[in-house]
Amino acid sequence: MECLAGLILRQGRARRGQGEDDQETRAGALIGGSLRVPFARAAACRASARAAAAYAGASVVLALADQLRAALALIALDGVAARIVLVPAGEAAAHLGAIVTAAGAGHVIEDWMLPGEDEAAALPAPAACQTEWVLLTSGTTGVPKLVVHTLQTLSAHVAAQHGPDRTQHRTKNRTQHIWGTFYDTRRYGGLQVLLRALIQGQALVLPGAAMTLPAFVTHAAAHGVTHLVGTPSHYRQLLMSGLAGRLRPDYVRLSGEIADQAILNRLRRCFPHAEIVHAFASTEAGLAFQVSDGRAGLPVDYATVLVPRVEAEIRGQDLRIRSPLNALGYLDRTRSPVAAEDGFVETGDLLNLQDGRYHFAGRRSGQVNIGGRKVHPEEVEAVLYEHPAVDICAVWARRNPITGAVVAADIMCRPDIQRRIDSRELLVCDLVEDIQSFCRTRLQAHKIPVSISFVRSLDLSRSGKLARLHA
Amino acid sequence: MSVRDTVLRVIDDVARTNGRRLPPLTDDLPLLDSGLDSLCLAVIVANLEDTLGIDPFSSAEDGALPETVGALVGLYEGALV
Repeated sequence: MECLAGLILRQGRARRGQGEDDQETRAGALIGGSLRVPFARAAACRASARAAAAYAGASVVLALADQLRAALALIALDGVAARIVLVPAGEAAAHLGAIVTAAGAGHVIEDWMLPGEDEAAALPAPAACQTEWVLLTSGTTGVPKLVVHTLQTLSAHVAAQHGPDRTQHRTKNRTQHIWGTFYDTRRYGGLQVLLRALIQGQALVLPGAAMTLPAFVTHAAAHGVTHLVGTPSHYRQLLMSGLAGRLRPDYVRLSGEIADQAILNRLRRCFPHAEIVHAFASTEAGLAFQVSDGRAGLPVDYATVLVPRVEAEIRGQDLRIRSPLNALGYLDRTRSPVAAEDGFVETGDLLNLQDGRYHFAGRRSGQVNIGGRKVHPEEVEAVLYEHPAVDICAVWARRNPITGAVVAADIMCRPDIQRRIDSRELLVCDLVEDIQSFCRTRLQAHKIPVSISFVRSLDLSRSGKLARLHA
Repeated sequence: MSVRDTVLRVIDDVARTNGRRLPPLTDDLPLLDSGLDSLCLAVIVANLEDTLGIDPFSSAEDGALPETVGALVGLYEGALV
């Protein structure tokens, strides 16, 4: 059993042994704002940081605003703490109490010290325990579900490559990758790039706390980022920022949302020489597909784009995944497993075969993906039902060219309200505004219905639940 | 109301309901540095589709994405000609 700090140092030594990289200062560092922390120092920090001892065997919640400091805490605590819950920026405020309770956490860490300049690269102690890494994913009630991984389930495919990746994305004269992530490194897709950079000794440029996208692009360009990671929505913003020309990536990776053909084409035109890859991963199922042919969706022969050791099955429309990257279970559901009895995880994603290609067609649950942030219709519907005008409602994903989707709601009003609308006593636009401001005090901004339609009837399926027609 | 006025009014409305203060909406104002985030822009585009009946982002699938207020207005004006 090896902890993250040990893995970083061992891989670093292996590379130096190969004479590959003796410029420690150029390679393998976390860069956030004006800070640059070499991995070796970050990893050694585990041995020397007395603070880590305070968390031995503990359950801790990492709720840091700053991603670089959160990464340092992760490196220090893997193999020390029994459980680490990773809270992305923006999630802490609303649900921290519920997360702490569900995780049985004794500590909430909101800041982390930087390693001293003179801290020597000592070997970290062997891992004292197998740390659970807990990631958040959206739940139907609004409180996030807690998904249990380990360093192994999160990085098996990276570690399996033994040292620096010599087969992929080695282009032109650049051998040193400098990753830049739009994606929060506490979410699955961002955490993938953090672990890849740490284990393979590559530089990673992180957004500072509350940094806007244009500010991050300037920051990434100044550090010569060669490998970019983000959601399709991040890239749409990049292309609208007027700053895309400052970046010269060799590799552009999209994940976290469905990549449509338009964004793939636009990126191809903007970065004609870059390798453009869209990946499919979910917090529960892990990374599964990586597609680099420039086309949306999956080829019919989808086994050709599977990550090694991952199995996929399309049963009807439903995508199922079995792999060493699958999560172990849910922490807050009496540890219910994420996989079915046959070991496959139901991803909940639906695929349609169309023109010789499998295309993602939304979620079985009707879940809405807004620029990589997931919303369950049930959560929004529960709030709408508190509004005095609402009789029956259905929330669905409306396509949007900026964020992929936005929340839309169909509402059947209570009869007295409907009569007031019919007699023009109540204006529809006023009621829409009233319902939206009602939601604004109860839901995060991306969960508020952008468009509301008042309808005379709503389709109810046989079970009595609303049929999710728009998924 | 002209297409330009409609687009500018919708930008103003969305900024106001989201508590954003915008500088004067000149043609060369960058969309993303104006105080609007991507969610605001998504709402603006959805509201404009409801008001004007078109989504020029989807109809011009491979066209360049607008970077400024002027380019956004131009996108809608061009689509309605």
